[in-house]
Amino acid sequence: MAIIPLERKPLTLAERTYIPQILGGLKTTLARLLKPTETLEYPEQRPAIPSGYRGVPTLVRDPNGREKCVSCQLCEFVCPPKAIRITPGSIPVDAPTAHVEKAPQAFDIDMLRCIYCGLCQEVCPEEAIFLQAQYSMSGYTREEMVNHKDRLYELGGTLPDQHHKWDKKLAAEKHGNAH
Amino acid sequence: MATDFAFPDSAAKTAQARPDIASQPTTEFETEKMSLSMGPSHPSTHGVLRLQLELDGEIVTKCDPVVGYLHRGDEKIAENMTYNQFVPYTDRLDYIAPLANNMAYAIAVEKLAKLEVPARCQAIRVLTAEMARVSSHLLGLGAFGIDTGAWTVFMYTFTEREKLYKLFEELTGARFTTSYSRIGGLQRDVPEGWTGRVNEFCDQFLPILEKILAMLTRNKIFTDRTVGIGVISKEDAVAYGLTGPNLRGSGIGVDLRKDKPYSGYEQYEFDVPVGTKGDSYDRYLVRGEEMRQSVRIIKQVIAKFPGGPWYATDAKKIFAPPKDKILTSMEELIQNFMLVTEGPQMPAGEVYFEAENPKGILGFYVVSKGGGVPWRLKIRSPSFCNLSILPKLCAGCLVSDVVAILGSLDFVMGECDR
Ligand code: SF4
Ligand code: SF4
Repeated sequence: MAIIPLERKPLTLAERTYIPQILGGLKTTLARLLKPTETLEYPEQRPAIPSGYRGVPTLVRDPNGREKCVSCQLCEFVCPPKAIRITPGSIPVDAPTAHVEKAPQAFDIDMLRCIYCGLCQEVCPEEAIFLQAQYSMSGYTREEMVNHKDRLYELGGTLPDQHHKWDKKLAAEKHGNAH
Repeated sequence: MATDFAFPDSAAKTAQARPDIASQPTTEFETEKMSLSMGPSHPSTHGVLRLQLELDGEIVTKCDPVVGYLHRGDEKIAENMTYNQFVPYTDRLDYIAPLANNMAYAIAVEKLAKLEVPARCQAIRVLTAEMARVSSHLLGLGAFGIDTGAWTVFMYTFTEREKLYKLFEELTGARFTTSYSRIGGLQRDVPEGWTGRVNEFCDQFLPILEKILAMLTRNKIFTDRTVGIGVISKEDAVAYGLTGPNLRGSGIGVDLRKDKPYSGYEQYEFDVPVGTKGDSYDRYLVRGEEMRQSVRIIKQVIAKFPGGPWYATDAKKIFAPPKDKILTSMEELIQNFMLVTEGPQMPAGEVYFEAENPKGILGFYVVSKGGGVPWRLKIRSPSFCNLSILPKLCAGCLVSDVVAILGSLDFVMGECDR
């Protein structure tokens, strides 16, 4: 239970002739021939992506199709390489979700800067931004590598929502006890 | 001025380092020294290390490591962001074992805050750090194999490492850049059934590890290249500040997991392997045995995996509240905003914490003037210190020995240059 000196046995005469190693090497190679391969033929075959994977950051909608982001800009603040740019905007007063008040007017994530750290998802108070399963991005120009708002929603899609925070808030407001 | 770095008498040095070739006459013809740049992109310099060699024929008379090609100013970057924002940057120090760096950094900052994390968090950190050690040593051995001409070993170690990476991916969401620790806790708890899969990995890994080691340990070609090459004496190892397997290879049993246990390492039983001669072969042996010991630790952690919270629940000013609370309660929402924008609140003061990383001792020195951003953060990186012995080690060797010595030191430039 402590420090163990490693023993170094001198090689035997047979081992010093290189022959056992050559035979051993051939055996390793031949045994390998009969086994299935460990590699994937990417991109035809793709690895299984576990849940919780940190792929490309995306914006999501709630099951009613409302964009969840309220442009609080917390993700923009926390992003270590400053990949996110948000221009806050307002929701028109006649919209059904007018009580949410804010939504981003523009939301850009520069995928040349993003390091897929997941901090944006972690800090978002609205569960609006998620790093999902997509992992390969490519483009011919720098501009193409910036994901704008439309593209972010297209990539993100809709995720289930357990809280329906704003629906509850609206219902509470209607009953006159907003807070 | 006579220093260790000036070698006027290459013949004497060669006689010391390679007695077998020293007797061969090299001075019959009028010769000139040749200078050779090995790296920054050379397969055996494992990244962007450049060695400025001075050669007398095949014999290296002088070796000047040139570092800094991967310098990103991490220490300065740290001064401009909150403690949690810096976690992704620690991934990129020793990028072969990011989980171990994440842990060392988090513990350093927690030490500043005098914060104890719960047992479950500690256990998960130990578990991931040991898995990182196995994965780091697998790469180290595989690359060492390639450096000395054994490709097969690399294929086997990489196959195993890939299995570990699948587990990391499931745990943290990323294979490489794990960013798993947070100050006061972790990014998330372990997924359902994950520890069982780690256990399965360990069970199938042990026989394969023996197979991998059997390919090298008694391999005449490998021993020819490594035995007696790059001998580091105990005194030199200490004088140059070597740590980790390179220090233990020279016969000094310093392992912080035993000597200054952190994160609950004192609960686990394991041995510290040390070499006897301090040559490249000993350093290889130490890494091989350390993997066996790491698997031992992993199994013990899983056997008594503690329940309970996985983050410091009482540290409201350090660790963010759970997500469903943020979504439903005003108080937690404000707390989340404060934490993100101001950072985890630390007292003023300074701490130094060092952890036994796969490559050696990784230390973080944090100076805080209070608030959520470090005033100064200094990183003591093991690879940088380990490389400092290269001028001494390489003088008098053959060029091909330099390759074997580099492989045996197992450094990573992300951490060296940081
Ligand atoms: S994605 Fe989330 S954190 Fe970012 S601005 Fe929108 S609501 Fe705020
Ligand atoms: S994943 Fe990290 S780097 Fe990428 S946008 Fe989110 S916070 Fe920024």
